[in-house]
This record gives sequence, C-alpha cells and structure tokens, in this order.
Amino acid sequence: MTSVAPAKLKHRVELTLDGKTVAAAEGATILDVCREQGIDVPTLCYLETLTPVNVCRVCVVELAGSRTLVPSCSRRVEEGMSVDTQSDRVRTSRRLVLELLASSVDLSLAGGSLSRWMEEYGAHPERFGPAADPTTGDERDRAHAGHHEIGNGLVANTVAQPAKRDNPQYVRDYSRCILCYKCVEACGEDAQNTFAIAVAGRGFDARISTEFNVGLPESACVYCGNCIGVCPTGALMFSSEFDLRSHGEWDEARQHVTRTVCPYCGVGCNLELHVQDNRIVKVTSPLDHDVTSGHLCVKGRFGFEFAQARKEPEQERPRAAR
Amino acid sequence: MDLKVNEAPPSTLERAAVDAVLGAPTSGWSGGDRGPLDGHVAFAGSRRAGRRRNLLLPVLRAVQDRAGWVSPQALGYICTCLDIPPAEAYGVASAYALISLEQRPSIVVHVCDDIACRAMTGDPGPELERRIGPEGSGGTVEWRRSPCLGSCEHGSAAFVQVAGATGWHATVAPCSPGDVAAMVAAGTSLDPELFAPTAALIPQARNDRTALRLLRRAGTGELESLDSYRAAGGYQALRRALELGPIGVIAELNEAKLLGRGGAAFPTGAKWEALARNPLRPHYFVANADESEPGTFKDRVLLETDPFGLVEALTIAGLTTGAEQGFVYVRGEYQLAAQRLLHAAEQARTRGLLGDDVMSSGLRFDLEVRKGAGAYIAGEETALFNSIEGRRPEPRNKPPYPVDRGLFGKPTGVNNVETLYCVLEVLTTGSQAFATTGTPASSGTRLFCLSGRVAEPGLYEVPLGTSLRALLKSAGGVRDGRPLRAVLLGGAAGSFVGPGELDLELSFEGVRTAGTTLGSGVVMVLDDTVDTLEVLTRIARFFRDESCGQCVPCRIGTQRQEELLSRLGRPTSSRALVEERALLADLGSVMRDASICGLGQTASSAVESALAKGLIAQDKEES
Repeated sequence: MTSVAPAKLKHRVELTLDGKTVAAAEGATILDVCREQGIDVPTLCYLETLTPVNVCRVCVVELAGSRTLVPSCSRRVEEGMSVDTQSDRVRTSRRLVLELLASSVDLSLAGGSLSRWMEEYGAHPERFGPAADPTTGDERDRAHAGHHEIGNGLVANTVAQPAKRDNPQYVRDYSRCILCYKCVEACGEDAQNTFAIAVAGRGFDARISTEFNVGLPESACVYCGNCIGVCPTGALMFSSEFDLRSHGEWDEARQHVTRTVCPYCGVGCNLELHVQDNRIVKVTSPLDHDVTSGHLCVKGRFGFEFAQARKEPEQERPRAAR
Repeated sequence: MDLKVNEAPPSTLERAAVDAVLGAPTSGWSGGDRGPLDGHVAFAGSRRAGRRRNLLLPVLRAVQDRAGWVSPQALGYICTCLDIPPAEAYGVASAYALISLEQRPSIVVHVCDDIACRAMTGDPGPELERRIGPEGSGGTVEWRRSPCLGSCEHGSAAFVQVAGATGWHATVAPCSPGDVAAMVAAGTSLDPELFAPTAALIPQARNDRTALRLLRRAGTGELESLDSYRAAGGYQALRRALELGPIGVIAELNEAKLLGRGGAAFPTGAKWEALARNPLRPHYFVANADESEPGTFKDRVLLETDPFGLVEALTIAGLTTGAEQGFVYVRGEYQLAAQRLLHAAEQARTRGLLGDDVMSSGLRFDLEVRKGAGAYIAGEETALFNSIEGRRPEPRNKPPYPVDRGLFGKPTGVNNVETLYCVLEVLTTGSQAFATTGTPASSGTRLFCLSGRVAEPGLYEVPLGTSLRALLKSAGGVRDGRPLRAVLLGGAAGSFVGPGELDLELSFEGVRTAGTTLGSGVVMVLDDTVDTLEVLTRIARFFRDESCGQCVPCRIGTQRQEELLSRLGRPTSSRALVEERALLADLGSVMRDASICGLGQTASSAVESALAKGLIAQDKEES
C-alpha cells in the first residue's frame, strides 16, 4: 500500500535502488518504492494512516551525496537519486537502533517482524549490560529536564516502570513504549483531535504523558482507543487483554476474528471482534477500511458489553425493590 | 478547540503574570468571565485556534518568573487563554530546564559545573555539597548543577533565578562555591543590586584595537546610546545596503565569500539569495543567539558589548531577503544580553531605524526578541522555529530546508549572531577587504573563545587561517607554563587536538583536512592537571541531559554513552577496553549516521577523538 494516491500523480521519476534502475511515482517516498520493489525495510514508527514522524530511524537508507543516512519513510524520491538499502552503514545503524530499543524497552509483545529483524541484523541488546532495576513509582513522570541521576554504568538504564491503570477500558504500560509518537498522532491531528496526550520531558526521560501526569479520567481522553489501535508494542492495551495476559490465559490460537459493522450509528465503521472462549476480548478496525482507516470511537471500540451480557443471566443484577 | 482544562482558578500572581503578556482576556472563551454573548457566539473557531500559540513560551516564562513554578491551575489558565490542549502545553513546558512543574524554592542558583569552568576552577559540586547540602537543597534558596552558562572566560559562573512579583535573573561570574553559600545564607533578602555584571574579557581590546574587526566597537562606546553607536560607524552598513539594494548586497556577500559562523560554514550569500528569490510570502529572518555550546561565549560578548550591531545587521538581512519580521532568539540565561538588545531595538524603533519606514527607505522591518528557557537543542535552527512557535523544541527533518519552509511554515533565513556581525563588516569595509583577510577559502576574521587552563582567557579575534599555536601564544600559552595535554576545539560537539598538532591552521579547510571542526569557536585548553576522563564524562552527561529525546539513536545512544564513560572511570568494571571501544564505535556510528539533527550527530565526536588520541587515563589503557 502506498501513502500517496496514484490518481494524484502526474510524473514518474527514475532512481537507482540497490544498483537497479527503477521508476517511481513523483511524490512517493523511498519506502513506498522499496515496498513496490519487494525490498524489506524495517519500520517501527511508520504507519500508513499517520503522518510520518521519522523518529525511530530504523528505516534509514544510504542516499548518495547525503552526509547522513536518510529516513526512507519520509524522504521523497527525486530524479537521479541513488539509494542503497543494504550498505554496511545502513545495516549498522539499523542493528544499533534495534539494540538500543531492545536494551531499554520491553519488546516482548512487539510482534513477529521485530524478532525477525533482530535476528536478520544480528542485534545483541545485552551488549549494553544487564538491565537496571525498574522504577517503582512515578520517578520517570517527574523527571526534570536537564537533570538526572547518574548510574555507575554497570547496568543499562531502562524505561521499566509500573503499568498505569486508571480507567476500566485500557492499560498504559510504558515499560513497553518505544516513543514512536503514533498514539500522540492518533489522539491528535491524525485522527481524534482530542490531544489528551503528548510527549513530555526530554532525552532518555522523554515520555508520553497527560498534563501533570493526571489520570485519564481527569484528562481530555474520550476513550476512542485509537492510541491502542496504532500502538506497535502492546504498551497500550485493552484491560480485557491485559488481564488475560497477566493470568497467562491470552491465547490467540483460541481466538477468532469476526468482521462486522458497528451497530451504533449510520457511519458504517467496520469492526473486527476478537473473540476468545465466546467473549469479545478486543475490538479493532481494519487499517485499509475506507471509512475508519483503523480508527473508531468509544462506542465501537469499547461498547460491546451488551453483546455478551445477556449470555450470563445468572449475573444479572436483581431489580431493586421499590 | 474543545479543551478540557484544570478549572481551578489561578492565583492572583499567576493571573497577573499571564495577563501581563497576553493582555486581559476579552471573553469567556479565552479565560475571562463568561458574559451574556459568550453563550451565543463562539470566538474559538479554527481561525483563531493556535494563532497566539507562539506566546506559549513567553507566558510560561512569565509565570515561572513570578510564581517560581508553573502550577496545574496556572497551566490551565494559560491553555484557556491561548486555546492550547493542556497535555501539549505540559509537553512544551517540561522540555525546558528553567521551567519547573513542581513547587520549589523561589530562589534557585544554577551553578555551572561544565567543562570550561571545571578546567579552570574544578568541580564546584563537592564543596557546595559540603557547605550547603546535596543538589536541590538549601531551604529558601536551592542550588542546582547547570550546563555551561557562557561565562567561561571567568572560570566559574552561576545563574540566579529569583521568583516573585518583581522576579529577576542574573548571571554571576566569577562565582565561587563560597559566593553561592553566601547567597543561600542571604535567603530571600538577596539583593539584586549586588549583582553588577562583570565586564566581558577581551584581552586584545586592552592594547592595540586596530586588529579588531567584529569586536571593533566592543566595550568602547556608551552602550545605551544610539548616537555613540552611530559616531563609531554604526548604521553605515545599512545605508550602504540601501544604496546597493538586495541584489547588490547579495553580490557583496558572495564576493566576500562569507561562510556562516554557526558551525556548518554555509555560504551566507547563497542562503540570502535563496530566501530573497523564494516567491512565497511572508518571509522571516531569525538571528540565532541561543548560544549554548559548552565553552562558547562569543555571541554573549557581542550582544552585551555592541547590541546595536545585531539590530542593524538583522535589519539588513530582513531588507535584503524580503523579510519584514525578524526574531532574535536569545538564550534564556543571557539576561544582560537580552536586556541590552531590547533596549537597542527600542532606541532604533524610536529613531525610525526599525518599523514601517526604515531609514526613510519606505521599507518595513521590525524585530522581536524571544528568550529561551534552558534547552541547548533549541539552538538547532528547526528546533528554534518550533520553540518560537510554542511547540516542543524538537528538530525537524530536513528537507524541507528553512528557506523553503521554516518559521510558521514560511520561508525563513537563520544566521548565527557572529555571521550577522560579519555582514556589517563586509558592507562597511567592502567585500574586497573582507575577502583578502583570512585564507582564500575562509575569508574574514573569526572569534575564538579561549578558556580552561590558559594564561589569559577571553574572547579573541584573529584572521581565519591563523595557527592554533599563534592563537594560544597570543593568550599567553598554558597557564603557569604547564605542559599542554590537549585542546578541545569546537566545544562539546567538537574534538580534541593534541600538543603535537598546534600548527593546525584555524580555517574551515584547515580543520576539515585535520578531521576536526571550528564549531562555535571554542578553544578549551587542558593541561596535565586536568582529568580527561572527567571532562569526557561531563560531556556525555551534557548530551544525555540536552537530547530532546525524539529519535532513538540520540535518546538512548547518549544514555548508553554516559553509562560507558561511567564504567571507564571504575576499576571494578570487568569489561576490556577493546570491548568498550567497539561499543563506543557502534554508538558513534548510529548517532552520527541516523540521528535527526546535529546534536546526536556530534554527541560522540569529542569522546571518540579522545579515545583515538589516547587521552583516556593510561592505567585503563594498560589493563
């Protein structure tokens, strides 16, 4: 899938990609062309439905004439460009990006592609030393710009911290956050326009936060869950999934996905109901759906309890005697 | 925008601070009392939203200055007035070291413990801890470690931040731990009158001034007076620029072969020409005075001693490139420089040298002074735009370059302060005279900030192409005649030069050939008494503290680099140096190649060069 609609494109440009001359649509990104050509370029902060922020730097490629590597997700093709996607410099930078992330963030739920890339690029995050003890309180949320505790260097500092659980709908486990900015974009201009969260702090203490780290109920959050929909590492997760996982009961082999249309209003958003043991455990929407682009509102995302409540009449509350 | 903000009312002090910058709110939609009309008319439509967002940092600073911190209710009031989501405003505020989001004492003394002051007077930390207590303690006055405050020629410095209805700031240099202890003892009775500014050190100006070009007026005339500036040749350059017209000025700059002094050495004429030719309007022009590179103090000295010069130079830049609005982004800690600059701009405005009809030319140009709030990264040009716009000071990906899409998304020119003073020089002495100074490829003179273990620290001006040896000699060589261990050239983002390389030609091509950089003109002298590893550890901490955190290579790379240097300083570390070297080489490679901006790209430069030149403690090397 390309992020640029072919109908808008007027010209083709020619460039050299890994030694091969290829034609590409003007306005396409290097990543678009790589994907057209079947070249595997790892990406983490990139998503088709969001504006590229080019912060993870795992998609970098070598562009002839450029002093530094360039992010393929946002660099547009130009006539005569010569791009190398597999040079030593590219491979080193990609390996280091993966190593740096894996040494500081819990990537265990980041999916199959990530583990494949870790292997392909020979990433050994343990080189930076054993992980430091996780923080136990809100130390990371209170870090003041320009000041930090200096460790002894014998352990590698991480972002490990307690998960934030302040509402019934979803959990924020920032131990898994790679700071890809996707949730901020989905909450803000790229989808919901709610702006309940933003990046706060700086450097290694940078984090996703509400104002003064207030809980979501006190924030502007409207529980659309679009942040969960775009989170690539499981840092943002349905409470139902979080609970099943913490009890060791989450089992995708036992799940099936039912695609349906949201019953609440007339927009026609497609829902994917993830069902395990005949209970809805998660709701998503297809990224390529032309109505939603993967985004939903609170009703479609979380308003499914009615569908399963009637199956358990024994749990029905007794009517209050009047 | 439909905002959800903390609705607790701000204190009187907080409200007054905000209203002083923004004016009293005019309706219930922007923080005022709800009037009968507000229920019927929404003034918060998309056309209004975000229009005043660029006032966010000035307002945050105003609240910080009066209340000593930005409280949830103050932030809520700011957000209502400016129509900004509170999470975003919090994200912005939390990116600046001088803004506190937790209550703290009303007086904070930020004590420089960075490399230049350390090299001259040692780490003030241990003595401060002994006399006052750990960092962050002190009762009504607290002390904190600070990165370089740009007063390196004095060898020690502190930035005093005093909050209150009449809040004030001052840089004190020199400032011993004893002085800091006295401030803490004085408590809230600290008297601003005690903080008379110390004159900048320009050793060459004491004797023969004829060699001085950019510093020709430095510290001579009456700083407050436009008349004395004009008597000393001021505003001749603007007059000449008006005669020449934009095409003529750009031709002069091209013939002078002026290269930018900010670090990248980009041809100034080409930059101005690209902006002047850009058909999109409006254009903006920004003077980058966010000087924060450790060991650098040249821009501070220029602004403090010759403030009218920048006003004139920026006016020329604006008129030449078609920008009617200029900005000077001054480092937050440069209180005196900002004050003198504001005064100079005000004088120029009342005399018709800024405004709707500059020097009766019929052309319009005015400038606004914006202050930073403690963020080295805001000196990166695109992060600087974000900072002015009221967004987090995060660098943008390039392309697009500023001349195509810069401040407020419009074509923008940015020059370093020193470059702008060079423009005055080109126009007053002529491009020929300028081009024949220096070397054929590096024309003109350059300011060098000499600090550390040098006999006469201070700001020096020499023609480009002067050898490092000659420059050191003019500053009296190493202090007390001790043996030289190394010179750090270009600052924390620069690299080390060994005692065997003193014939290095200080020109853009000379340093490029030698694999080093002039950077911001830092020449920091380290003798055999300086612990190089300690210097490197401080540099690593600097980058760890100042990284904006946006991209992975820099955010985590600077953290890992700091850890690596902490290990090197510990004999208990079981790792072999060869292993650490390989790790550092990898970190350097990803930061240099894959970081978004110059901060990450140079964060390992000094450390790597120190390792390459064998400056790390010998015992570690042998083990």
